Amino acid sequence: MDQVTPFSRTDTSVVGRWWWTVDRWMLTAVLLLMLLGAALALASSPAAAERIGLDPFHFARQQLLFLPVALVVMIAVSLLSRTGVQRIGTTGTVLGIALLALTLMVGVELNGAQRWLSLGGFHLQPSEFVKPCLAVFLAAVLTRPRDDKLPYGMLLASLPVVVAALLLVLQPDIGMAVTVAAVWFVQMFVVGMPIVLAVLGGVATAGGLVFAYHNLTHVKARIDQFIDPTTGDTYQVDTSLRAFEAGGLFGRGPGEGVVKHVLPDAHTDFIFAVAAEEFGVIACIVIIGLFGFIVVRGFARAMRGRDLFAVVAVSGLLAQFGFQALINMGVAIRLLPAKGMTLPFLSYGGSSAMATAIGLGMVLALTRERWSDEGYEL
Amino acid sequence: MRDLATRRWWRRGSTSRREDAAAQAQPALLERARGRLLVTGVIFLLCFGALVVRTLDVAVIGAPVDISTAGDASAFDPAARADIVDRHGVLLASNLPTHALYVEPGKIFDREEAVAALGRLFPDLDPERTASLIASGKKSALLRHDLTPEQAHSINRLGIPGLWLERQEQRVYPQGRLFAHAVGFTDVDNRGLAGVEKAADAELRRRAEAHSGPLALSLDIRVQHALAQALQDTMTAHRALGAAGMVMDVETGELLALVSLPSFDPKAPDRSPAETLFNRATLGTYELGSTFKPFTVAAALDLGIAGIEDSYDATEPIRVSRYLIRDHHPENRWLTVPEILIHSSNIGAARMAVEVGAERQRTFLDALGMFERMPLETSERGRPLAPRRWSEHTTMTVSYGHGLAVTPLHLLANYAALVNGGIAVTPTLLKREPGEQMVQRRVISAETSAVMRMLLYAVVAEGTGKNAAVPGYLVGGKTGTAEKAIGGRYKRDSMITNFVGVFPIDRPRYAVLTMMDEPKGTKETYGFATAGWTAAPVAGAVIERIAPLLGVPAIVEPDETEEEPAFARWDGAGRHASY
Repeated sequence: MDQVTPFSRTDTSVVGRWWWTVDRWMLTAVLLLMLLGAALALASSPAAAERIGLDPFHFARQQLLFLPVALVVMIAVSLLSRTGVQRIGTTGTVLGIALLALTLMVGVELNGAQRWLSLGGFHLQPSEFVKPCLAVFLAAVLTRPRDDKLPYGMLLASLPVVVAALLLVLQPDIGMAVTVAAVWFVQMFVVGMPIVLAVLGGVATAGGLVFAYHNLTHVKARIDQFIDPTTGDTYQVDTSLRAFEAGGLFGRGPGEGVVKHVLPDAHTDFIFAVAAEEFGVIACIVIIGLFGFIVVRGFARAMRGRDLFAVVAVSGLLAQFGFQALINMGVAIRLLPAKGMTLPFLSYGGSSAMATAIGLGMVLALTRERWSDEGYEL
Repeated sequence: MRDLATRRWWRRGSTSRREDAAAQAQPALLERARGRLLVTGVIFLLCFGALVVRTLDVAVIGAPVDISTAGDASAFDPAARADIVDRHGVLLASNLPTHALYVEPGKIFDREEAVAALGRLFPDLDPERTASLIASGKKSALLRHDLTPEQAHSINRLGIPGLWLERQEQRVYPQGRLFAHAVGFTDVDNRGLAGVEKAADAELRRRAEAHSGPLALSLDIRVQHALAQALQDTMTAHRALGAAGMVMDVETGELLALVSLPSFDPKAPDRSPAETLFNRATLGTYELGSTFKPFTVAAALDLGIAGIEDSYDATEPIRVSRYLIRDHHPENRWLTVPEILIHSSNIGAARMAVEVGAERQRTFLDALGMFERMPLETSERGRPLAPRRWSEHTTMTVSYGHGLAVTPLHLLANYAALVNGGIAVTPTLLKREPGEQMVQRRVISAETSAVMRMLLYAVVAEGTGKNAAVPGYLVGGKTGTAEKAIGGRYKRDSMITNFVGVFPIDRPRYAVLTMMDEPKGTKETYGFATAGWTAAPVAGAVIERIAPLLGVPAIVEPDETEEEPAFARWDGAGRHASY
């Protein structure tokens, strides 16, 4: 270990201390995920790019540019102190909500939704950045010191969430709004929401779903076609399932996939199907395992810590990360009704990669070991 | 304590803002948060576990229903229905893999584009029908059957979601119309609808499943072709409505040919006129006329009522109640038994039948199966029409083939029994294995059968069947000309003419039946349209062609003085017979 590690235990530089205190297991898992993302970008890009008349490796080139930048961003964020993370969270929340509002006014419309801000050459999706910041901000408010004089902690904490969720619904980006709400729910639960309320919340969610089913036509259509696949457009999910079948255990081999060519969202929402066809189910299980590992490992490490803020913030950040992974993969294998959601680091998209990097960077920062009276601890 | 702290924290916003227990509350909250986080973590773990299970389920264990594209034809399941071949293995029915094109209107993005693209690929599709199908609220609809591999490829190249190809099999009949009535046909889902295809439907599926090879029929394509051609030529020449014919092995009952004309295209039976689907050979029942007389003679001989040298009074017509029975070519004298057949005397046959009696006549015909459907591996089997009341008049008319309508198959199968030594045959369209044991059911004695062979030879040698004679072969047979009963009346110029020939008559191997439905006279036949002119020559032409094919040796006749076969030394005048 000592021979391979680049830093000495006694190295007290910022980077040296970071190396010894950061969760290196999680760091490794994230790196593996990024490598997989690069490999899948090469696989899915030609299929997606050719269809819209771009250079076959357009998406791959972009993604191979995003991923290293994301890595740097993640490491940079993970160097921050607890206070630094809180500052980014608070600033990001305020700025993010402002950008969300701006998006509604001057945003670019794509596929019937106004989610992007055009920043000379590339599109920025503010909602991606709001999510991690909101989780940190919420944790900070919920666990603020006892002696502060701010009233109505609950309401205050929840206000930005409600505002952000409303702005997201207006875009419309229901998936993102639901994620934000779910993360809020998890954090409230962890911080000590009475069980009665948690159960009531669950009931209310179910009620909300029933309400949406009866009042929002496209929600009804989505759920109907999930229950009975013959009722609507299940083209993407049907095709996705065929990719899994075609791939079998070991896949057709890199670049050998054919189903990806008829899967419109192969490079984003259905990247998991591309992985299945080309690399097989075993690779899929490795991917699921990596996501699961990151979430559970982060939770376990947070549990060992003594910092309530860190526990709540990490629970929110990782819940959000885990939700996205579960929903994206669940849709691709028809475990869940169709819902557009990116797969962190694997789906094409700069905003998504960057926001995930920031979120995981914060998790790494908050789960670093700290020196205390009892030695290194979280 | 912890609960209290929690509750205090929870209500802090609204109730007490002052918290002096903060120092204790924080660790308590932390403890709770850890517990809650553990719960959340376990839930996540379960979710990821479910994901793994489902992924394995989708890809490896329970693969979803295959919505196939034409791309991987390797998965094609060969033949859910066995081939049908003739007795020598010539293919009569087989399967081709094709695709059916379905549209799922809900998945079509651009309807106009889809209609236009389909119109380019399939000019035979009505664009308006296509458009209305696509605009309909149906989940899916069939656009077209039987796409060629090239068309399937073109559909895939269109890349229009909502157009699906489904693999299917198309039943094909390489011999076209030739075997249409014998083999039959299937519907678009390859279920047998007629002929052997229907009768052996289950067997064909079973064979395909068990990979036990094609179903071999008793038919012989060479014989079938000779028969069909001869029938068609005569039918055309005499402007007949239809024709039918069969060739049977008199020992085994195997049909070597089965033709009913006009025929139809078994690939598209719905596009042929409905009457062409009618099988005259096995489904149509007719009063067949004089071809029935040999049965009357055989019954009388077998029962010992008459001898070959007995004579019957045919000097004048018989009047029974209000009917008059007369001869078409009246000799107006007493006729011997052979003469009754040679001159085809109705009066003589009627008088013989009266001696046999109604009861014994019925019993005899019943033993021949003349009142029941004849067994055969086809769905088209006609039930004979017999009078409910069997009066003396019935006994007389049935003796010469009127008043009882049977299928040509009934006639042929029983001629086989008359000449093969007296053993009933069960007709079959399936090839019998050599040495296959058959039920031996005797209907007449071997001696009677020998006399019948001689009598039938005399008819061809001397009587109405002369036109069936073939140089080099000994042919026996009998003609039958019957007026068709139309609307309860016999019509003089609407006739069913038929002939059953047997060759070689000294040691019978095959029986040939030919039948014409309403033939008209021609100049070549001096205006005659009777069986001797329209049915017997067809049988002769067929025998001439198939006898060498079937390995029946010809008799070399270097010289007219060569001795005739012993049993046939017959002077025709009824004076003597040395058989």
